[in-house]
Amino acid sequence: MRALEPWVEAPLQAFLAESAARLTLLMTSSGQVVAQHGFGRSLDVMTAAALGAGIVASTEELARLMGAPKFEALVHHGGHQSCLLAAFATPRGRWIGLVVFGQETSVGIVQLFFDQLVQQLTDSAPREQAPAPRLAENFEHELDASLRALFGR
Amino acid sequence: MSAAQVALDRVTRVPGVRGALIASSTDGLVVAEQLMDGVDGRAAAALTGSLVARLARTTAGAGLRAPVFLHLRGEGGSILAAPGTDGLVLVAVAGPEANVGLARLEMLNAAGRLG
Repeated sequence: MRALEPWVEAPLQAFLAESAARLTLLMTSSGQVVAQHGFGRSLDVMTAAALGAGIVASTEELARLMGAPKFEALVHHGGHQSCLLAAFATPRGRWIGLVVFGQETSVGIVQLFFDQLVQQLTDSAPREQAPAPRLAENFEHELDASLRALFGR
Repeated sequence: MSAAQVALDRVTRVPGVRGALIASSTDGLVVAEQLMDGVDGRAAAALTGSLVARLARTTAGAGLRAPVFLHLRGEGGSILAAPGTDGLVLVAVAGPEANVGLARLEMLNAAGRLG
């Protein structure tokens, strides 16, 4: 498990222990990765983050067109693996969770502990405002540093 | 009244039972519920469904048949579960004063008609 911000680690670790999720990705609504578990390659995590953020944006727009409130979660049931995609509000803005799980657990368990993860993230998020995203002069260096933090190399 | 509602009615009529629900053991989701305020049906369905599914795998691994009734007793009460057909589980949340014997009879009877 790797996280860019230390206060995310304990809630995510508890979620992983309880839910038995195979892969977990936490990201901002724009697809910027905050933490990941189970991904082996940076390309995979970046692709999953971009796709996940895109799916959430699409479903939220669908909900808006239908005059419905935002969808809470999207669950894709597969034969061997399933996937939960959910957006939630945090003091740091709107985040998205992508969880891939297998038959060793169930969607009920994953949803139950995902809700607890959201609550714990909300409770433990630092109250000071996070710096606004911007393209810094040393953007490439910062991107490399983030990837090293997420993948440990 | 549906078969699920009939089953839940019979179980929740037992003195001391705080609520009952029908859950899917494969996905841990609530199918139907009749619960008193303060009982988290979603958590009960997810955790009991998972427990029943794991116990079934454990007994199968040991060459035994799947359990027909589960009684999880705690200080503040009990969780009772009776697996039915089609992966459904009848779950009851009972207080410490509940007539567990009667609840068990009603649940076994009702679980056989689920699905």
